[in-house]
Amino acid sequence: MLERRWPAQGEAVTFWFEDKPIPACEGESVAAALLSAGVEHLRVASVGGAPRAPYCWMGVCFECLLEIDGQPNQQSCLVTVRDGMRIRRQPSGLGGPA
Amino acid sequence: MSNTYDLVVIGAGPAGLAGAVEAAQHGLSVLVLDEQPEAGGQIYRSIRTTQRLRPHAYALLGPDYQNGKSLAAAFRECGIEHQSSASVWQVTPDRTVHFLQNGAVQEVRAKRLLLATGAMERPVPIPGWTLPGVMGAAAADVLLKSSGAVPSGRVVLAGSGPLLWLTASRLAAASVEIEAVLETTTFADYLRAVPHLPRALLANEYLRKGLRLKWQVRRAGIAVHSGVRGLVAEGAQRLEAVRFAHGGRDQTLAAETLLLHEGVVPSTQLTRQLGCEHRWYAPQRYWHPLLDEWGSTSVEGVAVAGDGGLVAGALTAEASGRMTALETACQLGAISAQQRDAAAVPFRKAIRHHQAVRPFLEALYPPSPEALNPPDDSTLVCRCEEVTAGQIRQAVSWGAVDLSQQKAFTRCGMGPCQGRMCGATVAEIVAQAQGKSPAEVGCYRGRPPLKPITLGQLAGMGADQD
Repeated sequence: MLERRWPAQGEAVTFWFEDKPIPACEGESVAAALLSAGVEHLRVASVGGAPRAPYCWMGVCFECLLEIDGQPNQQSCLVTVRDGMRIRRQPSGLGGPA
Repeated sequence: MSNTYDLVVIGAGPAGLAGAVEAAQHGLSVLVLDEQPEAGGQIYRSIRTTQRLRPHAYALLGPDYQNGKSLAAAFRECGIEHQSSASVWQVTPDRTVHFLQNGAVQEVRAKRLLLATGAMERPVPIPGWTLPGVMGAAAADVLLKSSGAVPSGRVVLAGSGPLLWLTASRLAAASVEIEAVLETTTFADYLRAVPHLPRALLANEYLRKGLRLKWQVRRAGIAVHSGVRGLVAEGAQRLEAVRFAHGGRDQTLAAETLLLHEGVVPSTQLTRQLGCEHRWYAPQRYWHPLLDEWGSTSVEGVAVAGDGGLVAGALTAEASGRMTALETACQLGAISAQQRDAAAVPFRKAIRHHQAVRPFLEALYPPSPEALNPPDDSTLVCRCEEVTAGQIRQAVSWGAVDLSQQKAFTRCGMGPCQGRMCGATVAEIVAQAQGKSPAEVGCYRGRPPLKPITLGQLAGMGADQD
């Protein structure tokens, strides 16, 4: 879906997405790191269940909502990667337990 | 963090940063709240990190981006308090600002408020636009700035506007495989723009830049089709192809990414939530807060600067941020009206200059009719609640003739994005179904919380005790 165009100059970062390690680079957003790692969708539509991925990349569309370190509904295009973060998809578009 | 500031600025793009710097220079206590991790807004998104960690991207983004470096540096040198990753979810008329940061709610009080929330890319609802692989063209540009990432595989850009060309040229320079640029701009649009050309020549650097961008795209060997209609994003679980009509026949391009763009519109969640008076801006079909020359809204003590007032670009935003700060300093007694007027002279001049090109650009790049009012009933309009154009039209026939009734009938605008993505489209559909202008239909009322917030956070308990 995405690729890093140039070799990273910052520190390597590893975080956890659905219990799998994801390699990332310092200074990237969580959403960009996930799509660069080959993750195709970040949430499923709350009614029909279709896969969704970020549309706006600036905090407007809410298609990037994930649970990050236990906090639900984080806009992952606005969150910078940190080593050891634990990230999960949410059961539906909004709000922790469905 | 102290609890009361002379000026609280919401948004750290060019308008917010310039306003904060100007206000601080006149001795006001200033707090800047911004939802991004780093100051710069969208135009200068992640500018420090890009320069430090992604020098290739920094070079590629060129002077339009690098211009932000001096403003961001001036902002840091002033020692202005800056709360980043802070999402404002409510502002009350007594100018108490409620925001969410690190999962905790906080509030501050402002003697004066500067809303510098900028613009967002106009959503482009076409069939299939919710498929992974479809996103905004300006969004792809933001991605290049915020993470140094580009779309992989074959890319199609579609729509109209200066940012479509800017993104195409930047992605081409980054060696992205661009299959085509599908312009919805028509020959008639060019004719409508011609009468505005003489005034636009006063700011001819914009025209030269536009011609250079188009030339760069064509020089890269990218196919450009103009007057495109009937855009459809096709695919099962993700984008596989882009279908469109051009020159009277249907064509299909296989692609992994489709970047859509039909201009940008002011972000008005906060001004609507505060009850500021708004006006319908017909040339670009959007609502914007009514402002005086100093950026003051109809609500006392609340000003707006930058694209959140009227879309006019980064340099106008910067000058308008300075103007609102001067007025604020004057209102709070830090400077006299004479000092304010004298200091405003260069900013007024700059605004006049940069605005000279706007009527030309606005006439040349109107949002395409299909992007405003999707003709295909199956097109999803509200992405969050999955409401189609057909369902909205049907609800109109059942009596949902205004936007609040539409929400109640269809749930459109009731999801996490709070109508940011569907508001304009629902209003266009409801208006056109009744033979009215969107100016008569209005827009969604802005209601707190403007950002998703849990009851636990609201109760001030933090996320751990949910």
